[in-house]
Amino acid sequence: MGRGSARHEDGVVAMAPIGISGLLLGLFLALAGAGPVVAQQTTTPVDRAATGGAQTLADIMARQQGLTVDDAFRRSATGNPDAAAAATDPLGTLGGVADAELWRALRFGSAEVTVSSRSPAAQVVIQDGGMRWLKFRAGPLASYGGWLLVGVVGLLALFFLLRGRIRIEGARSGVTMQRFSALERFAHWLTAGSFILLAASGLTLLFGRRALIPLLGQDAYATMAIGGKWLHNNVGWAFMLGLILITVLWIAHNIPDRHDLKWLAVGGGLFRKGVHPPARKFNAGQKLIFWAVVVLGGLSAVSGLSLLFPFRLSLFGAAFDLLNATGLPHLLGLADLPGTLLPQQEMQLAQLWHGIIAFGFIAVILGHIYLGSLGMEGAFDAMGSGQVDVQWAREHHGLWVDEVTAAKAAAAPAAPAAE
Amino acid sequence: MKSMIFAFVAIIVVAVLADVGLDHAGFSAQDVTSGPDVRLD
Repeated sequence: MGRGSARHEDGVVAMAPIGISGLLLGLFLALAGAGPVVAQQTTTPVDRAATGGAQTLADIMARQQGLTVDDAFRRSATGNPDAAAAATDPLGTLGGVADAELWRALRFGSAEVTVSSRSPAAQVVIQDGGMRWLKFRAGPLASYGGWLLVGVVGLLALFFLLRGRIRIEGARSGVTMQRFSALERFAHWLTAGSFILLAASGLTLLFGRRALIPLLGQDAYATMAIGGKWLHNNVGWAFMLGLILITVLWIAHNIPDRHDLKWLAVGGGLFRKGVHPPARKFNAGQKLIFWAVVVLGGLSAVSGLSLLFPFRLSLFGAAFDLLNATGLPHLLGLADLPGTLLPQQEMQLAQLWHGIIAFGFIAVILGHIYLGSLGMEGAFDAMGSGQVDVQWAREHHGLWVDEVTAAKAAAAPAAPAAE
Repeated sequence: MKSMIFAFVAIIVVAVLADVGLDHAGFSAQDVTSGPDVRLD
């Protein structure tokens, strides 16, 4: 990707130093070999004296073989206005810059461009790395992400076939207790309902053209895509609100404790009957889901905000500078990551990051949905009516039942005393 | 189940308010990029 010198006039409002996003994306893309952010590396030095500094047959052959070519000789060949011939001399009116040199300057981002449009991206006429982004989006992102989701659904189906529905092993007591309050259930469904809409519309945005146009035709798909875009852009706000609510309501209950290791050691009892490890309000599996939602939801929200307000939140340039300062790219044998990115590059990286996080998020939530509905008897009641059978609660959250019972007992004697 | 229904209604309300609100606040693409030489509105 070219190092841009395009001016961001009223484009950049805030350089959000979201280091973790850029760190992880930079690592992922570097390791996945995706080209967008890795500076091109020299293969063998090429003698260009015979062509006067222009590309040689060796360069052309290297490109055809898919090798990277050090394009510094082209980036710097952008003409020299100071050495222009006089206007009355042959080619003097070119001003020392040939057409090829002008287009090179535009391609590699060193041209001084003035535009009347206010968009920060309008100054970029050619974006060198754009095709690499497009290929990654249509290639590895779509295929790895898609197969991840198919694989998770397959694993859950296999688990269901082998383990079956996890039943309440003792007899139902017929007595219920409140598991989640109305506010907790509201917060959960605000987040969950938004998530479903966002996941469906997001997957449509990525796969729709390939998968749905053959089924629906172009006109019907266009309507669906427009609706999906509206949903994705606007339901995101409801998701962010729900995420804040569930974080505030449940973070104190999701701090890891000593019972979690015991729970994890036996797989939570998910894989064998008769195994009921101790758990408080949330068991270790639920805590993993909670933190996955908070972290992945937070990362999706930040990159989503960047995409909602295009060219205004530059996440990756600052993050890459941070990565370079740690020396991590060099440790991996790579050149420095670009600290200055074109507006389009920032948006493309934000989109890739948003997509990668989203696939992981959907995979995790598929497991959560399975367990909360089909996978475990009595689980849905907790979020449906908020009331769970006491026997279910004893089997799955025994310590929590004891805490609630003790709290009620402590409150009860105070009532007769008050009378 | 009431909380679930209420939450789903809230999703729609928040989405509509966000759309209308951001438009009114001048965050639509045409408001952001329109100018005296590039009239998109």
